[in-house]
Amino acid sequence: MILDALIAGLVLVAAGWTLAARDAFAAVIGFVCFGLLLTLAWARLGAVDVALTEAAIGAGATGILLLFAVVRLRGGTEEVAAATPSPPQRIAAGLLAAAIGIALALAVMLLPDPAPSLAAPAMAELPAFGLGNPVAAVLMGYRGLDTLLESVVLVFAVLAIWSMAPDRRWGGVPGPRFPRAEHGPLSLMARLLPPIGIVIGIHLAWAGADAPGGKFQGGTVLAAMWLLAWVAGLAQAPAIASRRLRLVLVAGPLVFLAVGLAGMLVADGFLAYPPAFAKPLIVLIEAAMTLSVAAALALLIAGPPERAA
Amino acid sequence: MSMLLQLLGLLVIAAGAACFALGTIGLLRFPDTLSRLHALTKADSLGLGLVALGLLPFAESLGEALLPFLAWGLVLLSGATTAQLIAERARR
Repeated sequence: MILDALIAGLVLVAAGWTLAARDAFAAVIGFVCFGLLLTLAWARLGAVDVALTEAAIGAGATGILLLFAVVRLRGGTEEVAAATPSPPQRIAAGLLAAAIGIALALAVMLLPDPAPSLAAPAMAELPAFGLGNPVAAVLMGYRGLDTLLESVVLVFAVLAIWSMAPDRRWGGVPGPRFPRAEHGPLSLMARLLPPIGIVIGIHLAWAGADAPGGKFQGGTVLAAMWLLAWVAGLAQAPAIASRRLRLVLVAGPLVFLAVGLAGMLVADGFLAYPPAFAKPLIVLIEAAMTLSVAAALALLIAGPPERAA
Repeated sequence: MSMLLQLLGLLVIAAGAACFALGTIGLLRFPDTLSRLHALTKADSLGLGLVALGLLPFAESLGEALLPFLAWGLVLLSGATTAQLIAERARR
């Protein structure tokens, strides 16, 4: 109880500190701390899947994305000043966010006791999917449509980043080019960590069927390993015109969509699985999605194309 | 015997927690970046290692016993590396 109150208090302190920070870099560090504390809170609530996602995507991937944004913003003071919202706009945005936060908090506080729950029916149907993790069953079985749309959104996010590039750079290589680190700590870590991290990433994705984990968590770890090699200059980003890169990026949504459409022919409808093949089909989608999530996150962080292939 | 070992384990974990506390005090109180890094990496490396060691008597299988050490190894690698990188930047 004391521990829970302490974590809740620290989450609020980290959030307030992030908002109050004058310097963009400090605000990002505050945001990452906020995400890690939130991870602890989810773990304390027994939502290990959500905790893993918060740590990997909320704190990790979003943190790096924001750090890269901070570094890029240092270039053009005038453009930044022109695009910065005016004080009234900021106050309006703050009030809107506060209103949504209060409405959500009220909704949670006003839930009847015990709260309405579909947990028991969800658990009862679990053997039909051959899955041991009820979260995976919800994401892939009962609410497959949401997950499919989520996977498509990632591709659109990458397209939005790419379209920031001027026309003459279209099809080029994304992000800055890092000098190759031959010696020193970064070079050592970029050579030692990826073999371990790739195994952990694949394990997280594979274990997601029966234990906490899954495509998003595993894909984030895989993306992090590529980013490490990229920042150390050991791996080069492929040109965005590369056919292979684009195929990896859309493989997950395509496989998901194909299995969903096949469900209309051989099962009860769109995104329905034939009972005998539910588990292998779900694993197939998860495998393709892991690759696509890894590619999408790495490309989101690498940014728009900056030089010719 | 196992009671005694678990008691010993708790003491080692307490020592690990003390390392984290000392490292945090150092991080807050030391005057410059390099000494602050020094305090921080000691807390990470030694503190987490002691916690992993103290958890040994509580493990129910070999895998469960080794897992904290794997995490410790990864923290050692990444903690030492990032400390070096920050130090390189700070000295420039």
